[in-house]
Amino acid sequence: MASTDAAPKLYAAQEPVFPKRVSGRYRNLKWIIMIITLGIYYITPWIRWDRGPNLPDQAVLVDLGGRRFFFFWIEIWPHEFYFVAGLLIMAGLGLFLFTSALGRVWCGYSCPQTVWTDLFFMVERWIEGDRNARLRLWKQKWDFTKWRLRVTKWIVWLLIAIATGGAWVFYFADAPTLLVDLFTGQAAFVAYATVAILTATTFIFGGFAREQVCIYMCPWPRIQAAMMDEHTITVAYRDWRGEPRGKGKKRRASAEAAIASSRLAGPTIIGQEPGSTSKAMPEDQPLGDCIDCMACVNVCPVGIDIRDGQQMECITCALCIDACDEIMGKVGMERGLIDYVALTDEKNERAGNQKVPIWRHILRPRTLIYTALWSTIGVALIVALFIRSELDITVAAVRNPQFVTLSDGSVRNTYDVRIRNMTAEDSTFRISLTSEEALRVGLEGTPTLMVDVPADETQLQRVYVTAAPDSPAAEGDRTDLRIWVEQVGETLRAHEDTTFIGRGGS
Amino acid sequence: MTDHEHSNLHPDDPDTTGHSWDGIQEFNNPLPRWWLWCFYATIVWGIVYTVMYPAWPMISGATPGVLGYSTRAEVAEEIDRFDALNADLRTQITEVELASVNREDTPELYNYSIQAGASTFATWCSQCHGRGAAGVQASGYPNLLDDDWLWGGTVEEIHDTIAHGIRNEDDPDARWSEMTAFDDILTDEEIGQVVNYVLDISDQEADATLASAGETVFLDNCAACHGDEGMGDRVLGAPNLTDRIWLYGGTPEAIEETVRHSRFGVMPSWSGRLSEADIRATAIYVHGLGGGE
Repeated sequence: MASTDAAPKLYAAQEPVFPKRVSGRYRNLKWIIMIITLGIYYITPWIRWDRGPNLPDQAVLVDLGGRRFFFFWIEIWPHEFYFVAGLLIMAGLGLFLFTSALGRVWCGYSCPQTVWTDLFFMVERWIEGDRNARLRLWKQKWDFTKWRLRVTKWIVWLLIAIATGGAWVFYFADAPTLLVDLFTGQAAFVAYATVAILTATTFIFGGFAREQVCIYMCPWPRIQAAMMDEHTITVAYRDWRGEPRGKGKKRRASAEAAIASSRLAGPTIIGQEPGSTSKAMPEDQPLGDCIDCMACVNVCPVGIDIRDGQQMECITCALCIDACDEIMGKVGMERGLIDYVALTDEKNERAGNQKVPIWRHILRPRTLIYTALWSTIGVALIVALFIRSELDITVAAVRNPQFVTLSDGSVRNTYDVRIRNMTAEDSTFRISLTSEEALRVGLEGTPTLMVDVPADETQLQRVYVTAAPDSPAAEGDRTDLRIWVEQVGETLRAHEDTTFIGRGGS
Repeated sequence: MTDHEHSNLHPDDPDTTGHSWDGIQEFNNPLPRWWLWCFYATIVWGIVYTVMYPAWPMISGATPGVLGYSTRAEVAEEIDRFDALNADLRTQITEVELASVNREDTPELYNYSIQAGASTFATWCSQCHGRGAAGVQASGYPNLLDDDWLWGGTVEEIHDTIAHGIRNEDDPDARWSEMTAFDDILTDEEIGQVVNYVLDISDQEADATLASAGETVFLDNCAACHGDEGMGDRVLGAPNLTDRIWLYGGTPEAIEETVRHSRFGVMPSWSGRLSEADIRATAIYVHGLGGGE
């Protein structure tokens, strides 16, 4: 193997992969998940949600200009970003949970790279035919038929890519308006740039880069490998049951009949005939269940042989399970030669013990702790969501200077009070204070104590607090006070504690 | 070269690079072609970038780059752009009655004035009056936050003060007044008496005998400017001596220093340096700091 005198090559060409169509329980699950995830992605921006006259009526909207995030009945202000942080922590813990329980299930079913690549494979199969036709086309010269099929495929991919990039920008502006603007050339440059970039990435990653993204670009496979343990359920080949592989004299007939009658079995790209891999044993030895039909290899979207064991490239899409189950059915053997198993199953099953049910692998302290943490944060976020007020204030004491002496000897402190009216109504707020000492409150720019704040807006109001001449607060060091902001005629109120600094402090 | 005799290679292992050090060999796990091309593209990009944009540090400055890009020019462009955006507001602010600018009736103009005024104040005024406009206590730089104004605290009066300054030689319209230095005019005894009188009318501890004698001295020498009651006179910029605010300090020593040697605070005229729009914005800003009348 190692006898190479030629200079080593600096690069490896991408091995083209032509996965075969497969059907089965996991394929069906993947179709359902694809429909749900793509449906959510494309439809969400078009859902309307009536919030009254002052606010947008788009159910999910990230308003970067106005610094608001709308999600159905929830409106998140920038100062409430901890909700997003909480959701991100939940997403992280959720991935820990799913990875420790089910391995790379995110990669296999719901990662956008997987979903869109799957969609692109579907288009490819629909236009160019299944594996064998595509292999032929790949080897064929670039004649008219090849150009026609390739260009058709690329156009359909491009349309999907444009729709993907296009749908993204609708989350950031009113979707119907933006759609019209995009087509009439009225939309902002950043909208076109975003659509162009996402179209390009979708087209390239889904159509051409495919498994290269997972193997070389994505850090998640490497992180996940470190988060799995011997109880993690993952897609694996029961080599203790399958090996030594081969058709064998006795079952040659049924094996060849199964291979002949199955779309899935057949030669691999490198031209290995079924039943002739290097691991095949002499025919007089007792054989395992694997008839070496290559069905599992032929359907693999990342182009690996699951029988080689755990591999970094494997995204656990489970299509090889479906393929093998079909063959096992035809040969008349028990399904599950390739299956969701845990590493501990090998020892157990080799010893001939009863199979351990999946739920016993999943329910273990580690996953239960993850679940507990995940739900605790979830509950905390929901509670925080329901108890949050539609009025929020911050009080910033102006400390340059700390206080001002007025001509009659009274002492004044200044506070910048920011009032956030998170209701959908224009509101008037009354500012007052409570303190153990006598203090007078006044506002900049108005003789009253009322501040008008428009709906869904923030108002900065300068507030003056004055202590009478020679009063304890004026002559003392620090006096605690609480500034109250109350909505006139309504029930909303908020307060914040701060300090009054008198002459004694300097 | 590779020592095949002692090779521990497994049949499935990739090729080696042919390098061997004490029997340790190196697998050849080549990079994917697209990765390598991206890497080459970044190198090309880097070279092109350093040619197009300022990049290599030289002894005086950096290579300018063939595109002529400069962050300084970009800032100048940005400033021009914002000036153009605010041109209407800047024209408007020079035309309106200053007193009519407020948050309720002219919110846009008011907001612009406060922002522009704050920035002008920070650049040109804060050196003397302080970043928070509190002045420098007892050193002659007035506190602009309180309710005591030497030359008037309405927005128009503040505007005049900023535009023309105080006691400067450059602007004929500058407010002018000068307190007499009484060191050579009054006797030490009379100075002691008048200092105690001033302490007394400003509610501070004073020697009652000296203070009552000081009243005559005050009425004869000081009342012309500071008024019979010592309430000051804004036309002359004469401070109110009965309140609790002292530009140069209210201690007996500071008052005596003022009486003997006088004070002479100067503020420059800004009409030559700042635009009328900026001066008006600054007047509105200062008026809104808490002391405006």
